[in-house]
This record gives sequence, structure tokens and C-alpha cells, in this order.
Amino acid sequence: MAIREVSQEAIKKPVHAANLAGDNDIVGRGVREGADLFRSWFNELSTVAENGGGAAYVFVLGSMNEVLKTFDMPVSFPEVNALQTAIRRVSRDYLNEAEDYGFSPDICGYVKADVAMQLAGGKHPMGTIPKPSIAVLTNACNTYIKWAEIWERLHKVPTFTMDIPGTRCFADKSQPGSDDFKFEAKYVLGQVKELIELCEQVNGFKFDIDKFREILGYANRMSDRWDKIIRLNANNPAMFNALTDGTVYLGMANGFRGSKEGAEYFDRLYEEMLYRAENDVGIRLKGENGPVEMDQQFRLAFVGVPCYPIFSGFNKMFTDWGGVFVTSSYLWFASGGTCSGFQYDLNNPLESFAEGQLLMVREAMDSMFNQAFAMEQAVEDFALDGVVYHPIKSCRTVSTGLADQRRYVVEKLGLSTLFFESDLIDPQVVSEAQMKNRADAFFEGLISRRQQAGV
Amino acid sequence: MKYTAGVDVGSTQTKAVVIDTDKNIVGRALIDTGANVVKAAEMSYQMALDEMGVADDDVGYVIGTGYGRYKVTFGDRQVTEISCHGRGAVHMFPDTQTVLDMGGQDSKAIAVEPTGEIKDFCMNDKCAAGTGRFLGAASMALDIPLGELGPVALNSERPVRISTTCTVFAEAEVLAWLGKGKTVEDILWGVHQSIATRTFGLLRRVGINDELTFTGGVAKNIGMIKAMEDKLEIKMNVSDDSHYMGALGAALFARDSLLAGEARKVQKEMA
Repeated sequence: MAIREVSQEAIKKPVHAANLAGDNDIVGRGVREGADLFRSWFNELSTVAENGGGAAYVFVLGSMNEVLKTFDMPVSFPEVNALQTAIRRVSRDYLNEAEDYGFSPDICGYVKADVAMQLAGGKHPMGTIPKPSIAVLTNACNTYIKWAEIWERLHKVPTFTMDIPGTRCFADKSQPGSDDFKFEAKYVLGQVKELIELCEQVNGFKFDIDKFREILGYANRMSDRWDKIIRLNANNPAMFNALTDGTVYLGMANGFRGSKEGAEYFDRLYEEMLYRAENDVGIRLKGENGPVEMDQQFRLAFVGVPCYPIFSGFNKMFTDWGGVFVTSSYLWFASGGTCSGFQYDLNNPLESFAEGQLLMVREAMDSMFNQAFAMEQAVEDFALDGVVYHPIKSCRTVSTGLADQRRYVVEKLGLSTLFFESDLIDPQVVSEAQMKNRADAFFEGLISRRQQAGV
Repeated sequence: MKYTAGVDVGSTQTKAVVIDTDKNIVGRALIDTGANVVKAAEMSYQMALDEMGVADDDVGYVIGTGYGRYKVTFGDRQVTEISCHGRGAVHMFPDTQTVLDMGGQDSKAIAVEPTGEIKDFCMNDKCAAGTGRFLGAASMALDIPLGELGPVALNSERPVRISTTCTVFAEAEVLAWLGKGKTVEDILWGVHQSIATRTFGLLRRVGINDELTFTGGVAKNIGMIKAMEDKLEIKMNVSDDSHYMGALGAALFARDSLLAGEARKVQKEMA
């Protein structure tokens, strides 16, 4: 993510909290409401499946949700479905099924969990996932393309790949206003129009530009708040844990993009964060007698995809030492770059949508492949003490280059880093004892550094 | 209180070191860890005390380290073996910039500051290739005691190339080379070179410096020292107490705590 300058005004913007019912109502509200919305989303998907309907299968790196929602298509994110199997401790069952079917242990765990779910008729720990009615993907992840081919074969559904021109050379990407950018935006616009035509064929009715404009408005509100919320966490104490709480917000940013509920959710989440920033309400942990304020000792950034098989245990390795993830490249790329706060021009919806996709998906790609420079900025903006890198067996796309980028952070910025490999959903390659050992050594080093510096 | 102690409960062996306030080692012990980790910690500690007739009451602070550090029930604090090996190595060889610790189950490359604090570290991930266990597999396959692997390997004339990186498959590859008529010496030297190559990659991640100290149980293997030095093209620092470096580092951290006025919380009670 190309983090822009953090506005101190934004961080300390006053909040009018007089009408709020009380601290407990607002603190943690985003996580609670996110969990409720998440369940309602999956309940709706189950209802669609039970009624024999289909869903648009989309991905986090450029979901094209705005177009699909214009056609009232329910959306399902196979990546989100897959990670939920790990959170609910059943991912190995799904992976075993897919590996028995013939997929190699080296194949992306998300793909295998989804294949197993497809083979089981959509059976999922959160309900039933409908079959795809269409699959829409971008070139941001090479696996997406092969993944969609599986659905083509299994379900005979149309797939649509958006080819988004990425950054070809760092610091040389086409910027808005340049000729290159115009050509690339036109190229994307052509594809958007093709996608709309395909959606018209699949759904049997015409595209409604006014509805699309309304949906873009909701997406604008969400992007604006999401951008600000991420920046607000530069506050000390941090108001949310970018790894745990942030993942809940991320689910909303993806699943509810372009919807009224999504926009309202992010309005309220932003309100919560402003309240917390104004009142220095940091992160609360579970205590014996209820929530307790976390003693935030070390401000960390997380790079990569979370370790979902031990999601809370992973985070505890850090919170036990007073470490808090104040930002994460995951929030940048897995929100499809919407964290950039891009605002669509509602007077020029189609062209603006194409430009937005070009910029946001590119942002997402850069946040995966080239985040060292963004991290350099984050070190300053978020006053980071260290960076934790989590390459994963499942995904070479997101993991390749992390070793180089870690070295850059260590050598250029002199920052402490922790580098450990496991997986996003496969518990067989998660060695918790080894990971804890390294996390402990990482904090011993951080403490020692502080002592040496006399802090 | 005149003494402090460190107990390093490793995956294969447990080591204990007792030092005096001048940082001299006055007692050391090494035993197999086995299944009863608590007992191994207690026994090694007691043996280290017995070596110089030091009483438990004379020990002012104890730190547990290694994978079983939380099972050092009489320990006052736990510190990872990563920090402890760094500290111990710099104590033994003050110019140390990089530490290579090769243990039974993992290998660690540690970049250290002149003070002994960790600058950076890398370890093998989820695979025992390039660790002592790789040598253990060769020892089993060739029926040669671990302690003799190095000296035998150094008699090699035409080493084979061990291509597998899997500790389990290495055993099959060793047998395959035997089947092809290769000598034990050549196979063993191939095993050592294979580990050295893998470890070299690990070291490169934190940076290789001229002052590199080799610690851990595998540092007792003269074949491994030779293979690493050939690969690195430098002479490594290797102490006779390399095996005890983690426990020594823990004892040094314990001494810091004692001098900082921290009191011992738990006196040892033999199980």
C-alpha cells in the first residue's frame, strides 16, 4: 500500500460522543457488528443454495462487486469460505478430500478447500455455499485463473478474467493524467463493458446505470472510511489489532462492498475509531473479570496472510509480550486496494470505475509484491518497532520476495524483523512450538535493543 | 550468592552450566533429554552442581532455555536458546558477529551485536535437513556411532553427492550409494557436505562475517567443522564447550539478573 502522509488532524479529529450510550456500546462495536453481518451474509448464501440459486464467485484482489451488485447477484468469496474452514478447525478434512481426489499437497490450500467443498455439494461449516452462476477474477493472482477453470469444468459456468495492467517497473507506473494511464484505463473500460454484457446474459436483464451509480456511492463511502480507519491506527495506543480485528473489518470490506449495509457499517466503524482515538481507548483483551486494556509495548506490522489454523494463538504469541499489530499488508492487498480511498466520479461512472479498478487492483498487487517501500513509509507513520513476515506454503505469489524485502527492512531501516513460514489454512505445516520460540526470541531482541538504547 | 546457572533443555540433550560471579564455568553436565523433561532438567542441574560441590542454596538465579525451558520448574525465568547461544558465543569469542548453532532438530544462524544481543536470526523451517538429525540418520543407516562420523568422513577420497534434502529419504540414499559400492568414508563426507551446503544458505540470510562462532552439539563433529570451513572459506571459532553454549548464555543472563538484584523465586526440589 502506498501509504500517504498520515494527517494529524484526521488522527485527532474531535468526536461528538454525547449521544453514545456508553463506552461498552461503542468500543468493540465494529467487531461485534462485523461478526453479525458476516453470519447474515452466510445465512443468505445458504438460503440461495437451498433454493437452487447460484452466486457470483469473486476474489478479494478485485471483486468487481459493484457491477455484480447492480445485477443483484449474491457474491461468494471462495478465499473467505476457505479460511473459515481453518478458523473453525476443519480445514484438514477439506484438504484431505481434495488431496484424495488428486490435488498435490503443494497446491494452494484455498483452492483445495474449495474443491472439496464443491465436491461435497457446497457443504461448509457456516452453511451451504451456492454453486457459481459466474466466476469473475483478475490477473492479480495467477492461481485464480486455474481455480476458475475448475469451476468451468465442474459446473459449466462462464468465467470472466479482468486483465489489469500492473506495475511494470517500480516508480515508473503510469499515473492518472499520463497517456499510458489513459490507454490502460481504456483497456480496462473495454473489459468492464464486456463483463456487463456477460452479466446481462447470465441474469437476463439490462444493466441499470443509475443503480450502478448508487452502488458506487456506497463503495465510495466505504473506501473513504476504510482508508481513514487504517490511518487512524497510527494513534498510540492503537485502537485495533490489524491482524485480528482488522480481518473482521476486511471481511466486511469485501463481502459488503457497494451495499448500503456495508457503507453504514464503515460509517459506524469510523465513528468507533474516532471515539477511541479521541479518548485514548486502546485494544482490549479478555481478562479474568472481563475485558482489560492491553499494555501496548511494541508496535508491529504484519506482512503476508494470517495463519488461520491458529489464528488467535498466533496473535497471543505477540500480545503476551505486549506486541500489537498496528498495521498489515494484508489489509492493503486483501481489500483489493480499496484502502487507497479511491473515490469514483458518480457523474462518469463507467469510466471512473475502470480507472478505479486499474488503480486499486494495481495497489493490491504492489502491496503483495513490492510492499517494502510502503513498509518503509509505515515504519515512520505508525512508529513501528518491528515487522513480522509470514510467508506461506500455499502461496508462492504472496510469499516470493519476502526474504528480500525483509532484508531491505533490516539493512536499510535497521528494524527488527521476524520471519517464519507456515500456511494460511493447512495445520500440518504449522509448527506452533517453533513459531513461539522464534516470537519469544524476537521480543527478547526488541527488549534488549530498548535496554541498550536506554529507553 | 556466588553462583548462577543455566539449564538448556534441548530436543536431544539437556545441558546445565553453573558459573561464578566472575563468569567462570565451575560446573557443567550433559545428559540425554529423554521423555521426562522435568527430570532431565533437574538431573543435569544437580550433576553440574555436584561437579564442584556447589549447593543449590549457593545459586542465586537459574534460567531455563531450549525447547523445554518452561519445564525447568526450578528456573526463575526463561530465555530462548537463540538469545542464549548469542550471549554465550560472544562471551567465549568476543569478536563474534555471527553464530551458527547446530542442534539435534534445528539449526540457527544468529547475527549478534558486540554486546551479545541478537541483531537477526534465521532457522530451518519444519524440516530437520541440515541439522544433527540428518547425521543421526546417516549414523543409523551406516551403523557408525555419532561420535565417529566426523573422523571417518575425513578419510574420504572421492565423496558422493547426496542430493536429497529430506532427513528420512537421506537414509535411503545412503543405502543406495552403499549398493553402488561407494565407501562409507565417501558417503559420510557427502552427507557432511550436503549439510554444509544447506547451512551455508541459512547463514547467508543473516550475513556471513569473518568472526563466526560454531555452537551446539554438532560443533563437536570435526567433519562438520571441516565441511563448514571449506564451504565458508573461513576459520570458525569453536570452543571445547560449544555444546554448552546455550546453557552458558542462560547462566550469564542469570548473572545479570542476580546483579540487578532479582531474587530467586523457586528453590529446586527434586522430583
